[in-house]
Amino acid sequence: MSLTARDVAEITKLLEDSSFDELDLEIDGLKIHLRRSGAPVRNGDIPENGDIPDLSASRAKGDVPEAGASSVGTGMSPFLSEVRAPLLGTFYRAPKPGAPPFVEVGATVAPDTVIGIIEVMKLMNAVRAGVTGVVREMRARDGALVEYGEILLLIDGRDGR
Amino acid sequence: MIRRVLIANRGEIAARIARTCARLGIETVLAASEADRDSLPARLATRAVCIGPAHAAASYLKPELLVQAALSTGCDAVHPGYGFLSERAAFARLCEQHGLIFIGPTPAQLEATGDKLRAREQAEKSDVPVVPGGPAASRADAHALARRIGFPILIKAVGGGGGRGMRLVEHWGDFDSALELAAAEAGAAFSDARVYLERFVARARHVEVQILGDGTGRVMQLGERDCSVQRRYQKLIEETPAPGLSDAFRTRIHEAALRLAASLAYRGAGTVEFLVDAERSEFYFLEVNARIQVEHPVTEEVSGIDIVAAQLAIAAGEGMAPLAPRATGCAIECRVNAEDPSRDFAPSPGLVGEASWARGEGIRVDTHIESGARVPPFYDSLLGKIVAHGPDRATTLARLRAAVNSTRITGVTTNLGLHAAVLADPEFAAGGVDTGYLARFLERARMPALHAEVSGHG
Repeated sequence: MSLTARDVAEITKLLEDSSFDELDLEIDGLKIHLRRSGAPVRNGDIPENGDIPDLSASRAKGDVPEAGASSVGTGMSPFLSEVRAPLLGTFYRAPKPGAPPFVEVGATVAPDTVIGIIEVMKLMNAVRAGVTGVVREMRARDGALVEYGEILLLIDGRDGR
Repeated sequence: MIRRVLIANRGEIAARIARTCARLGIETVLAASEADRDSLPARLATRAVCIGPAHAAASYLKPELLVQAALSTGCDAVHPGYGFLSERAAFARLCEQHGLIFIGPTPAQLEATGDKLRAREQAEKSDVPVVPGGPAASRADAHALARRIGFPILIKAVGGGGGRGMRLVEHWGDFDSALELAAAEAGAAFSDARVYLERFVARARHVEVQILGDGTGRVMQLGERDCSVQRRYQKLIEETPAPGLSDAFRTRIHEAALRLAASLAYRGAGTVEFLVDAERSEFYFLEVNARIQVEHPVTEEVSGIDIVAAQLAIAAGEGMAPLAPRATGCAIECRVNAEDPSRDFAPSPGLVGEASWARGEGIRVDTHIESGARVPPFYDSLLGKIVAHGPDRATTLARLRAAVNSTRITGVTTNLGLHAAVLADPEFAAGGVDTGYLARFLERARMPALHAEVSGHG
């Protein structure tokens, strides 16, 4: 048996409409692995959403409100980027209890640097910095509930280059 | 005893749940998407947490996010509202696995009612009538079955769906040829030539019975609702009691719903939907909605029972003992949607300017929309429900007409004008319309006249 492109499109649709994030399918030796882009991140991907500004990690364009001046209301310098929670869950600053934190204030980070993890129902989701810079301030507490879009930490982009 | 409830929903039902909880001294945590952070329910709840982006698939439809939100905020129960995850057995199970009370039926009951064929079997086992029909393996079979069912008859393809492979036969004279054609068509379209026959109900009414069960086999009913004013299966106006039914018929339909609920040892609030063949004075089981329904307020107004409070009491294991339903007159509800009847009911999201809802004797409004509220494009278009209650149908109708006419919503297009037109229609006022009524009314009213009225109501 062979799969056509249409079959694959249909299988993808099934996954989209389901409550599952991943699908492994094996038919006559052919293996298909599908994963939603919103599923727990392994590679620093950010949950998708085409309709709204991406708040899940700091990005120069997403961070500056249309209002013009950067960081209106937060009193932030225009060089600061916010790293926001890509999903609701429990935030951990360290890979396990007692271990040193992923980053401290003053640490230099690159876009793919892991800055913390968010646990949702025992699933650990790595959160990455998204920009180059120096960690200026930690906002989220270790072990606390963070809401979707909540600011986890601030990164100063001036010093990172 | 439930102390803190996570509301896993949005819109008017989230506000509705938050209000009853507040009255009972139960704290609430609203799980809100980013689009609903500043909504009225978020302010009514004791606390709101943002669970994800606007798109429901990444927020309201994610069981693990909702359970995590409930656990992290110290909730002991989850109210799923209607729609979204309310009838997902997997969600109910996940709640239970993490020690949270799911305010609704058991996962097994959700599975039994969620599968239409299983639900139909359960109805038959409980001696609840289903639409007469069955498979026709041979021509002899088909003839015997057709004699039993009576005309008009629908011939359907077993493997079909969406109206394809369906033939309506009015007389014996057309039966054999229609049977052959239907089988040939079914074979060609679905590679399955099997057909089954079903009685076609030309003038059907939609009547449903509100039930409550304590989960141990004790069940009660809170009367029926007539929801025949609908368009493409979307209900628009609902009322209780259903007009023009004899007391004997009413009792029969209530008892059928109770038998089905008892056979499941149903837990929580639910609705058993029936198709009523008014000409034959018969009714047939359609499906069970295993949740609170949009139109529950008409039942609350007439019965005096707060159905959300009853759900909470049953979920807390306090049972139904204190409930003493009454039957006080009549209640009718209009669903006010952000949609444009003159443009094929296209949704009309956007920013609400002024929202001035009706007030008055016997008037209740369930809504989450205030002046300046945003109607996001991501969810259904329900803005609120205007419910009138009165000692009889004529008084109730007069109150509802006045309430609809005095409600003013600007900024988004609404169906208020359509409601005003239907409530003023003598056929609706007479009571007992069938499910084809609204389509005929729209055809009759035509758009120019209707549009003028729609615009007049903003």
